[in-house]
Amino acid sequence: MASTTGPQLAGGVQGPTRAQIDAKTLRTDRWWLAPATTFVVFSAFVVYATWRAFADSNYFVDPYLSPFYSPCLGDCVKGSSDFGTPFGGFPLSAALIVLIFPLGFRMSCYYYRKAYYRAFWLSPPACAVAEPHGSYSGETRFPLVFQNVHRWFWYAAIVVAAILTYDTALTFREADGGHVGLGSLIFVANIVLIWLYTLSCHSCRHIVGGRLRHFSKHPVRYRMWTFVSKLNAHHPSFAWYSLFSVAIADLYVMLLANGTISETRFF
Amino acid sequence: MGYDLKMRVWRGDQSGGELGDYTVEVSEGEVVLDAIHRLQATQAGDLAVRWNCKAGKCGSCSAEVNGKPRLMCMTRLSDFEPEETITVTPMRTFPVIRDLVTDVSFNYEKAKELPSVELGPRDADGKRRMMQVDVERGQEFRKCIECFLCQNTCHVVRDHEENKPAFSGPRFFLRYAELDMHPLDTRDRRAAAQDAAGLGLCNITKCCTEVCPENIKITDNAIIPMKERVVDRKFDPLVWLGNKIGVRNKDDDGRTEL
Repeated sequence: MASTTGPQLAGGVQGPTRAQIDAKTLRTDRWWLAPATTFVVFSAFVVYATWRAFADSNYFVDPYLSPFYSPCLGDCVKGSSDFGTPFGGFPLSAALIVLIFPLGFRMSCYYYRKAYYRAFWLSPPACAVAEPHGSYSGETRFPLVFQNVHRWFWYAAIVVAAILTYDTALTFREADGGHVGLGSLIFVANIVLIWLYTLSCHSCRHIVGGRLRHFSKHPVRYRMWTFVSKLNAHHPSFAWYSLFSVAIADLYVMLLANGTISETRFF
Repeated sequence: MGYDLKMRVWRGDQSGGELGDYTVEVSEGEVVLDAIHRLQATQAGDLAVRWNCKAGKCGSCSAEVNGKPRLMCMTRLSDFEPEETITVTPMRTFPVIRDLVTDVSFNYEKAKELPSVELGPRDADGKRRMMQVDVERGQEFRKCIECFLCQNTCHVVRDHEENKPAFSGPRFFLRYAELDMHPLDTRDRRAAAQDAAGLGLCNITKCCTEVCPENIKITDNAIIPMKERVVDRKFDPLVWLGNKIGVRNKDDDGRTEL
């Protein structure tokens, strides 16, 4: 017999009324793999995005503007500001003016919340694996109560996606006519994934029809809700793919701008 | 073809307990509950286990198999290697009574706190009518068999006993959502879900959905929609502005806030 009687903690799975089992989890599968992967990939993205956002260089090569810097509203390089420079005197990188919107959208996203609460805060690290924290107040208090602003960022994300769509259209333009390069295709893939991620959002699903109690009185909104619900089932995948695509689009622009590679033109 | 299955089964009560090692003869096609029954019949006649239908519909045989909250009757032995030791313990969120049986009355207390449906007046012919499209959404939630595996796996109460008074848990958020989407109900449960039921404590890490044996999308279809409904009422500036200027969601008209 393997004894499971041990010192009891005040609460949680080792509380006084629970079955006395020392192990915080008896799971035998590789439950740590998913949060560990999330931790590594998200950390890598955060490091890359932070470096690129503060770099303030190599973000524009005509006709490509890095999505991290779009719309470029600060003291931007010539030709990159399609919407003017209302923050022309901004002393830091122009990316910092606009990144708050996609960053806020993703930070408050219901999927990302699940992912980083598990991977970074271990709350919980995996299902039926005890978390290390002594107390827990969820999203009831400052600062996490502000997760409820997700739809505010969704409103902004629609504008951001529209602007990135415009940027993507511009990648096919050239001074003496049209152009299709590898960058154009990367930008198209990126904007498709950005739209899929934005439209599959849980707040979007709620706003287009989920908030209703009588679908029968709103047939158009019901159809929209049905469509968004189908997208919503793939929201986690879109979250990951669009994270990669936006980084790849930025990386491509950076490598073009600093001369590491040259544009691959299809015609 | 039969084989000898190595099992570890938690035996004890609130005064203490331990994992007992057993070897049980099992056959192809059996489930964990079969092995537990054979153990009870041949070696441990006093083993306490709660079960009923053996078909995944009564929600009685909830336990943890190799640390995962599962219905024992729906956990096939073929999912494990024959030489693998299977560990079975009671649900670790509720007070243990004896062996694999826990006291799940926490859930019944939470059910009592939940405001029931309050239907509006009948139509002129004495009937009540709902459109099928309005009913369908809530029908997914009616699949719940009240096995309480979602309540058991939710870290809000699993890891924090002190949250139990303030937190109803995913099973009852499901019920809040079902009633809030009910086309004939006259109650507005949004504030109650946030305040009395503790919806804000949920950090949507989706373990309830992962363990649901009925595959109900608890988080995506019930909890998040309820959170969004709470945002409608408390945190959305456009909804607030719409209410001020008369452009608003008339779907909530006639409902009484709890």
